[in-house]
Formats: sequence, structure tokens, C-alpha cells
Amino acid sequence: MSEFLRTLLVLVWKDILLEVRSRELVLSVLVFGLLVAVVFNFALDVTPQRVTALAPGILWVAFAFAATMAMSRAFVREREQGGLEGLLLSPVSRDAIFLGKALTNFVFMFLVELVLLPVFAVLFEFSALSFTLIVTIVLATLGFALVGTLFSAIAVQTRSREIMLPVLFFPVILPVIIGAVEASTRAIGGETTVGFGRWLPLLAVFDAVFLVICPWVFSFVVEE
Amino acid sequence: MHPFPRVTVVCLVASRKFVSGSGSGFAVRIEGLEKGFGHWPVLWDLDLTLNWGQLLVLFGANAVGKTTLLRILSVQARPDAGNLWVAGYDLSRSPGSVRRRIGVVGHRSYLYDDLTCRENLVYYGRLFGLTDVQQRVEEALSRVNLGQRADQRVRTLSNGMQKRASIARAILHQPQLLLLDEPEAGLDHESTVMLQGLLEEWAQSGRAAILTTHNVDLGLAWGDLSRVGVLTNGSVHFQEPGRYADVAEFRRLLSESTGTGREI
Repeated sequence: MSEFLRTLLVLVWKDILLEVRSRELVLSVLVFGLLVAVVFNFALDVTPQRVTALAPGILWVAFAFAATMAMSRAFVREREQGGLEGLLLSPVSRDAIFLGKALTNFVFMFLVELVLLPVFAVLFEFSALSFTLIVTIVLATLGFALVGTLFSAIAVQTRSREIMLPVLFFPVILPVIIGAVEASTRAIGGETTVGFGRWLPLLAVFDAVFLVICPWVFSFVVEE
Repeated sequence: MHPFPRVTVVCLVASRKFVSGSGSGFAVRIEGLEKGFGHWPVLWDLDLTLNWGQLLVLFGANAVGKTTLLRILSVQARPDAGNLWVAGYDLSRSPGSVRRRIGVVGHRSYLYDDLTCRENLVYYGRLFGLTDVQQRVEEALSRVNLGQRADQRVRTLSNGMQKRASIARAILHQPQLLLLDEPEAGLDHESTVMLQGLLEEWAQSGRAAILTTHNVDLGLAWGDLSRVGVLTNGSVHFQEPGRYADVAEFRRLLSESTGTGREI
């Protein structure tokens, strides 16, 4: 196993262990997502005729806000306990630090989404067993994790980090939300090929671009 | 006249000819370091050479730049100007190589509260790519007398124990250069003796250490191992070892060097 990959695993292992011990992130994000599902279920009359038009939007509103919540905590613990400084003192490359953190965020978010998706499917009566929908969630969550991790690292250095993160995050992540909603609409409506043809490549390109840009920008963000 | 004459200027000028712009062969070599925050200069015209086997104890008033100097040497902050070599590596060109060869004890422990001491050390050991992590961790824990508390979460430890755990983290990868920012803070007498033993070991084994302190008695005792410097007016002003046997005289001179302006 390459040293880079080993470092990524060490970073992810540490974050998962900390989350298992503190239970401060995944659980609260999950509860938030469930509350959004319940609120929308009561607020909107999602009939079987309107489910394709409404459910994807509701789903991604919940996922996007849950992601913001999760990302806002990504570097807080590192900052509060000096872990980020300790990391920066080690010979680990800044790329590895960023990708390790982004991978952790991806794992946490994907876990939350895997629990929320069946709940949304039951409440709004659509099939969650769609390959296109799962691929859409994976690609969009990767985009959330990459951009969210970067902006979380920026926001944590400001005083008003809770406000700063959504202000920075949503304008940049908008193409992902649009692409995810459009692809999900087609997946829930049963149009798998159309979804692959237009929106999924958009999500994949977004992820590829930010997979290059974000680690590069991150190295400047964490250096004084 | 300034209370701290720069006694090492001559040897610095002489040695510069031989190294011809290279810092290899020295534990630390700094030429013309400048660092400021906005319009507030903190360090300027700072030259410093530390040989292997030497320990440098740095005194100085609050806000004169002691921590800033250590942060620059540990690649945590960028200098505005100057050439720096740490453990023979150019700081600007080989930051990764420098990080691999230094151990840092700062004001914070850099340890995660919800991990145990052992887990924290294993984590850092793996980040440093150590192959014999478990053995190194046990050695480091035993060196700071934390073996019995190794499996306690860091948040349950006292400040002094957290400081000892932080020292264990810093020495885990057996760095060539230790950078310690007020390491005695929060330590009891026994731990301070342990720290002194550690510093002696570092100097005697041909490695090096720079530490800052406000504790004159302790600092002068440590300085007997090697050199004492006072950071004032942006630069380090060295003292001959043992020159200030009278601690009171040193304390008086130190108190005169307060402030960060160019004129005192």
C-alpha cells in the first residue's frame, strides 16, 4: 500500500474513532435530516401524481442542509483541540490531509443519506432501489464533501464560521444541487438513460474539477 | 548601551564565510530573518546559529516574538525575509524534510481529547511513517512516566499530564531538533527534572534543542547545558554560559529588555 493511501486511512481511522467516542456529528445530522423529512411530509401534499416533481427537491434540500451541518463541524474539533496544528507539524502532505478529511466527510454523509433515503422513500412513496439514484447520491455527496471540506477549513478560521460556511458553500455547490435534483427526478420517474446522458456527467465533471482544485487551494488556506 | 551585547556576532560573521550560504552542518542557521504582523515588526535582522549538541534557552518579554520564532522554525509560519536552515535543510525548499526532523512542544498539546494517550501517539507515529510504532510509543510513554495512564482519554488527564503526553508526542519520532515553547508550564518538580534529563540527553547525543521560558531559575539551569539568549529588539542577544551566576542580576537585565520597539 502506498504511503499516501496509508496516511489517508490513518486520518479517516482517527476521525471515525473520534466520532464513535463523541457521537456529536452523525447522530445530530441524522436527526436533523429526519426532522426535515417529517416537516415536509406535513407541509406539502405529495400525492403520487406530484411525487416525481416534489420528492427530489425535498430530498436534496434535506441532504444539502445536512451536509452544511456536517461540514461546519469538520474542522471545529481540529481547531479546538489543536489537532490541525499537530497535523501540519507532521510530514504529511497537505493533499493527504485534505483528502483524508474529505473522505471522512463523504463517509459520514453517505452513511446519513443511506439511512435517510428509505425514510424519504416511505414518506413520499417512491422507490429508493434505483441504480441511477444511488450513483447520483454518490457523485453529489462527493461534490458536497470536496467543496464543503475546503470551505469548512476557511470558515473555521473566521469568527462567524456558522454563517460563513453556508454563504461560501451554497453558491459553489449550486450546480451539484441542480444536477442532483434533475438526475433524481429522472431516476424516481424511471428514466434511467436520460439521467445518465446529461446530469450524471455534469456531477462527475464537477467532482473531477474540484478534486484537483480543492486540495491545491487547501494548502494555501492552512498555511499562515 | 544595550544590556545584552551581541557576543556572537564575530563568530557568526566568521562562520558565514565557510558555509557560503548553506546551513548544512548546523542544527539551526538563520540569516537576516524578518517577520512582522501588518505594520508591527516582531523579528528583524535576526541571525542565529545553533550547532549540533547545543541547547539554546531563549528568554524574552511577552510579545517579543519567541513563539513566532519557534513557529517559523517549525514551518508553521512563513518569514517575511531571511534565509533559514533547520537540521541542514532549507526551510523554504524542503519543509517536509524539516518537519520529519523536528519535534515541537507548544502551548497546546496537539492531542485529541477523546483519544487515549496511546491512541494519540500511535496516530502521530503513523503520520510520521514509523515502522515500529508500538515500541516507539511504549518508549516515549515510559520516558515521560505516563505508562500507567496511557490508556486514559486525554480529556481525563491533568494539565501537567497532558503536557507530558505532549512531550512524548514530540520525541516519539526521535527528532534531531526539539523546539519547546515554555515546556515547564504546568509541570510539577518531578516532571521538570524529567524534562531536564531529556534535554541533557538530547544535547549529549549530538542533537539540539531550542526552548523558550519565563522561568529564570530554571532557564539558567538549563542554559548551563549550553547557551542562553534573550530575544529583544527583534533579535537574539546571547549570553555566555555561566556569565550571570547571579540570578538577580540576570533578572534585572531581563526586566530592562521589555517591549518590542526598536528603542528601549
